[in-house]
Amino acid sequence: MHVHRYERIWMTFGIGMLLVFLTIVLVAAFADNMNPPSDMMQIDPTKVASTPPFERPGLRSLGNGRYEAYYVARIFAFSPNILRVPLGSTVTFYVTSPDVVHGFNIAHTAVNMMVIPGWVNSATHTFRTPGTYLLVCNEYCGIEHQTMFGSLEVR
Amino acid sequence: MVREERQMRAENRLVLAHVYTATAAIVVGAVFGLLQAYSRASAISLPSTFDYYRVLTLHGILMALVFTTFFITGLALFVAYRQVPRARRLFVGWLGWGTMLAGTLMAAYEVLAGNATVLYTFYAPLKASPFFYIGATLLVLGTWVVAFEVFENVVFFKRTTGAPRLPLALFTIAATFVMWWVATLGVVAEMGLLLPWSLGWTSGINVMLTRMFFWYFGHPLVYFWIMGAYVIWYTVIPTRFGGKVFSDGLTRLTFIMLLLLSTPVGIHHEFMEPGISTTWKLLHTIMTYGVAIPSFLTAFAIFATFEIAARAQGRRGLVAIVGGLPWRDPVFAGAAYGMLLFIAGGFGGLINASYEMDSVVHNTIWIVGHFHITVGGPVALTFLGASYWLIPKLTGRALWTPGLALLQVQTWFVGMVLMSFSMHFAGLLGAPRRTAEVAYAGSHVAAAWQPYMIAAAAGGLLLTISIAIFALVAIGTLLANDKSEDMHVAFAEAAPGGEPSPPIFEHLFRWGAVALLLAVAAYSGPLGELLRHPGFLAPGMRTW
Repeated sequence: MHVHRYERIWMTFGIGMLLVFLTIVLVAAFADNMNPPSDMMQIDPTKVASTPPFERPGLRSLGNGRYEAYYVARIFAFSPNILRVPLGSTVTFYVTSPDVVHGFNIAHTAVNMMVIPGWVNSATHTFRTPGTYLLVCNEYCGIEHQTMFGSLEVR
Repeated sequence: MVREERQMRAENRLVLAHVYTATAAIVVGAVFGLLQAYSRASAISLPSTFDYYRVLTLHGILMALVFTTFFITGLALFVAYRQVPRARRLFVGWLGWGTMLAGTLMAAYEVLAGNATVLYTFYAPLKASPFFYIGATLLVLGTWVVAFEVFENVVFFKRTTGAPRLPLALFTIAATFVMWWVATLGVVAEMGLLLPWSLGWTSGINVMLTRMFFWYFGHPLVYFWIMGAYVIWYTVIPTRFGGKVFSDGLTRLTFIMLLLLSTPVGIHHEFMEPGISTTWKLLHTIMTYGVAIPSFLTAFAIFATFEIAARAQGRRGLVAIVGGLPWRDPVFAGAAYGMLLFIAGGFGGLINASYEMDSVVHNTIWIVGHFHITVGGPVALTFLGASYWLIPKLTGRALWTPGLALLQVQTWFVGMVLMSFSMHFAGLLGAPRRTAEVAYAGSHVAAAWQPYMIAAAAGGLLLTISIAIFALVAIGTLLANDKSEDMHVAFAEAAPGGEPSPPIFEHLFRWGAVALLLAVAAYSGPLGELLRHPGFLAPGMRTW
């Protein structure tokens, strides 16, 4: 099938652009270890309140400025509602839901994940800027969905 | 009246039923959209019997599923009937429309009654009433009846004419419906889980499995819309300025690529989810980049069509080529403004599909901006513009006040730019989608989103005014009753004497089988992972 010379140039440009984008994605994924949250951990959602460490949601120190934060997202609140995080610390957020699907997004960070009942999802962020961060549920979960938010105090 | 004339009028009535159902959906859907935009801008507060999420559910269903689908089924029947003229009974065609309409009304009633405030993605374990799922299933099954009618005409054409190739328009719409059939298997499989669960026959549901089935369908759904718009760009738009299709073979190749690549990409909607490994997420990123290729082909073909027609008319140079296009023709202008929006929308889509980068925009209102500048841009503008061609061809009535029709597509373009760009910017600042209000108890982070929400509401107001004009022109055309329109129609073809397309392109059903195999291969990994971790089955909840 004949393809016009200009079209060959255009398609080379187009596919070349896609390859450049793809290279950036792959370098970020493999060299900088930037991957979307893809946790494989499972949990019985009817027993979240009695399953450690979700029975006491909150921050745990691992030493060396590293922390784990355990969250329960339920209709229509996050537990803990306010989290105090030392400035400069690296926090891995573990979240699960005992009821329906929720979202977990800390605005102005790349911590953004789906919270699925029966699963634990996780994402890590280093807090280098002090301030009050807004945590919102960004998946519709019911009639009071807009009231489901929390905050992080980074000092 | 001669028999052929009577036959054509009977067929037109069926196509009109589809087009008018689509029109009704977009008019009602636009009013709901305005209520949402005002609610998010804190300009109004919706009552509890008609709350934001109910309105949002109906807006999504009416715009994304009802308006688009009815317009494309109408277009498909129109192309099939006009390109395969024959004596035919319309029982199957009316059965398809009736099934789709019954399903739509049933689902819409359940939403209005407050029994299905589950948004148009109906994510489990939110549990709607069984009638909602039955209605949605009927809507899809009705499209299968229409697809059957289209395929039956394809087979009839091949058998009776012995022609080596389908007419181009028929080929493109048939490819669209082969793709649709492959895609809708996903949502039918999902309904096979949701329906018995909502009826209480099963006690729990695998939430991740329903999501995977949904997005197996959800992404090709957007390509179903795009392919419907491409059918018009390739085979109708050139007729508005005496142009020819740039290349018959490349047009067919474009549709085959869309058929093959639209489905095995859906995991890019699930990047932020647990239970799916990064390997498969990366693979779907690569496949999604691949589906951009037929759109690059289309961009070249459309601009080449413009230029070749201009040269044939003695116009040379960029200004003369672009300026000489029929910008005052609402049919052309609708599609052309849509193409402009699709340049922005297409690149936005590549961002969303870019694996880890999606964490910046996932479930923010950026995504809402993205699908408004795509389905509300190239798709809706092309369909609205094409209505100004289709309604006269179907009724024999000349378009009433083409100037108003032109104003309609222009206001839609401006409104959509204002609304969707505001949404994109607010999304980058973290504003979430799908929420009734974004005040968050006076949070200073949320306060920065508010100006964008007000700009989006202003865009929404323009869009609603645009739809009011659309309804006025559609109804005015009927009332003015100026029966001077020639009902005969010619679809654009490639210039005669060109190189014939490869015969292998013509085996659409076999290409469909290949598409299904590709989809199964792309989902075998993620599906296998889920089945190895079945875990807990959710009983379902009603949280509204």
